[in-house]
Amino acid sequence: MSFTAAAMAEPDDTSLLKVTHLTMRFGGLLAIDDVSFVARQREITGIIGPNGAGKTTLFNCITGFYKPTIGRLELFRDGKVAYLLEQMEGYAIGQKARVARTFQNIRLFAGMSVLENLMVAQHNKLMLASGYTVFGMLGLPVYRKAERAAQEKAVHWLERCGLIDHADLSAGNLPYGAQRRLEIARAMCTDPVLLCLDEPAAGLNPRESAELNQLLLSIRDETGIGVLLIEHDMSVVMGISDHIIVLDYGKKISDGTPAEVQRDPAVIRAYLGEEEKE
Amino acid sequence: MATLTMTGAKPVPSTMQIAIKEAFLTAFLVFMLSFLMIGFETQAQQGQPLSYVTRFAAIVWGIILVPLGRILIVFNRHGRPMPALIGGGFAFLYLFGGAVIAILFDVLVIPFNDYFGEAAGAAGIPLPFADPIVDAIFGLGALYIVILGIQTMRHTAHGELTLAQREAKEARTALRAKQISMVLGPALLVTALVLPFTPWSDRVLVETMTLILTYVMLGWGLNIVVGLAGLLDLGYVAFYAVGAYSYAKLATEFGLDFWASLPLAGAFAAFFGVVLGFPVLRLRGDYLAIVTLGFGEMIRITLINWQAFTGGPNGITGIPRMTFFGVPFDRTPEEGTQAFHTLFGLEYSTMHRILFLYYVILGLALITNFFTIRLRKLPIGRAWEALREDETACRALGINPTNTKLTAFALGAMMAGFAGSFFAVRQAFISPESFVFLESAVILAIVVLGGMGSQVGVALAAVLLIGLPEVMRELSLYRMLAFGAVMVLIMLWRPRGLLAHREPTILLRRGGGKAKPRKAGATA
Repeated sequence: MSFTAAAMAEPDDTSLLKVTHLTMRFGGLLAIDDVSFVARQREITGIIGPNGAGKTTLFNCITGFYKPTIGRLELFRDGKVAYLLEQMEGYAIGQKARVARTFQNIRLFAGMSVLENLMVAQHNKLMLASGYTVFGMLGLPVYRKAERAAQEKAVHWLERCGLIDHADLSAGNLPYGAQRRLEIARAMCTDPVLLCLDEPAAGLNPRESAELNQLLLSIRDETGIGVLLIEHDMSVVMGISDHIIVLDYGKKISDGTPAEVQRDPAVIRAYLGEEEKE
Repeated sequence: MATLTMTGAKPVPSTMQIAIKEAFLTAFLVFMLSFLMIGFETQAQQGQPLSYVTRFAAIVWGIILVPLGRILIVFNRHGRPMPALIGGGFAFLYLFGGAVIAILFDVLVIPFNDYFGEAAGAAGIPLPFADPIVDAIFGLGALYIVILGIQTMRHTAHGELTLAQREAKEARTALRAKQISMVLGPALLVTALVLPFTPWSDRVLVETMTLILTYVMLGWGLNIVVGLAGLLDLGYVAFYAVGAYSYAKLATEFGLDFWASLPLAGAFAAFFGVVLGFPVLRLRGDYLAIVTLGFGEMIRITLINWQAFTGGPNGITGIPRMTFFGVPFDRTPEEGTQAFHTLFGLEYSTMHRILFLYYVILGLALITNFFTIRLRKLPIGRAWEALREDETACRALGINPTNTKLTAFALGAMMAGFAGSFFAVRQAFISPESFVFLESAVILAIVVLGGMGSQVGVALAAVLLIGLPEVMRELSLYRMLAFGAVMVLIMLWRPRGLLAHREPTILLRRGGGKAKPRKAGATA
């Protein structure tokens, strides 16, 4: 049980999110059972597990859609605890703690254009610049400058995600793979410190998956943010994760580098069944 | 599909059997609905006891015609549109055309007939109903069947549309709506500006236009709440009432004039918007609609029962009239003051005030429009639209849904407050009668019929919905029936509203990129 010690290790300067004794109970169902781990900056933390293991529930707790029954979610900034996510309103986690997420079933603003989707993502910054609409209504240069900057940032992420040619199309008309990438671009436009991706490779073909890997690696290396990644596609998870957490029936059963996790008998048992091979 | 249902021992009934069965049911329904309401007409005459006349012929015709229509619909539904096209088309031409001729004959020829001493009657066309307007309404019903038939024809001719075809079709409709809006918007504006000075303008026309513009303004205000933020508000008239009573009280109790009380009335209405909004904004969709409906009724019932403050059912009378920024429109001004006509050296005319009122509401409506268009392009407007599309995603992006919804509610309410003040100053008398649920429904119908979110569409719908019943006053009894028929036909023809299209609030490439058709395989 070496991984337990690793997970419980005191957070250092690179720590971003520390989850301690997180438990989520829905009536009689224990969806997450005493899970603890640390996610770090400049690292991709993969979360895997069979269906129903509690991965999305974990995300919903971190991003404030659920209030955990027990547990603490500490978000670090400059090595110090800055926010206790379990005590924050759902929207404030995105606004103040700057944790962004994507959804397993894509949730874009389908009727709005691709560019508008990315402008909405920068709402809080623009709202401030528009003096809560007053300056914007008057057309003051403060707001116009901020809007131009927001558009530049949107264009940057559109280029990074290969969507620049579709900028003025309505988001709902994009092909599936492009919608997935747009959701990532939208999350990145909120300037997150932690990006939570819920099965971003679901429904992508192998070529699109490979492109996604490149995109996520470059996001990690260039922005230095932490990424939490739920994924079933092992070629994605094992290929790009720096650190993997395995959940099964709400419990953490393994935690370590991809190589360590692949060798872990508990993981093999969870995925392949009780009988051990060899 | 039919083969799937043939598993049981019973044979599948033929189209004819279904049609006959439904026809009998329909006939029964027509009888039940019309026997008492249409069969007997009570007549009250001075000094006479209440008597009635029977109209059984009308019922018999109804029982014959409506089931026939039903049979056509059943055939059409089973993929045979020809009977609907031929039968419906014939019935439409005969009934509607005959009715039009009969009415024209009534209007144009009867005076001559009287002159020639002939018996007054329709143009000699035997129509089933004594009143040509009823014939015309039945004719419109036949037209509906024809439209159904045409839809089926198109459907079978092209087969099921693929997703791409449907998208292309939607894009074409949206483009057409956009083009129409671009022409129609300025055209309506110019018409509104100059119409009072054209030769055929008279007092009735200007007053009708003033009424229409009040509803245009209300529609644009509600458009913020329903069209942009996607919050279904069925109690919008409550804010209209708050605005009207605010001005009435401020003017009668504190002697404030219209221009001073306008911002206050708007602020009060906005305050009520927030007060209502705060507890109910957690609700979505239908639940929100029910609570707003209740709120609208609460305000109305409060107005009725709070005798001391609101005057109860009698309302508030003697509300000061509109002044020209403090200069009254009176014929004989008070000693030492000037009236509008003496100030400008004009002949006194009651039209001055009416025209001024007209331009005031035109100005207010245009300000509302300008405000809304601008808001849409600001972060708050985009957040409203995003909230309408997906509230969960908004929350994940750090947008505070409560505040965003509250601003939509407050601003929408404020517009209604302004319109309410205007209503009070125009009428000089207000009572709870004016703020019933039907008003909310009409305003909502204007927004939905116009095409949610489309400013020009709302204006056009207001012209239709408010102007049409005014024009149709001739139809007296059948006014609301005809009105309903027109609404049903429009919704069939344009299910997403008259001018439904959405222009992005920001474009990366102006003009360039948007004309490009979607490439199916272009993923990378």
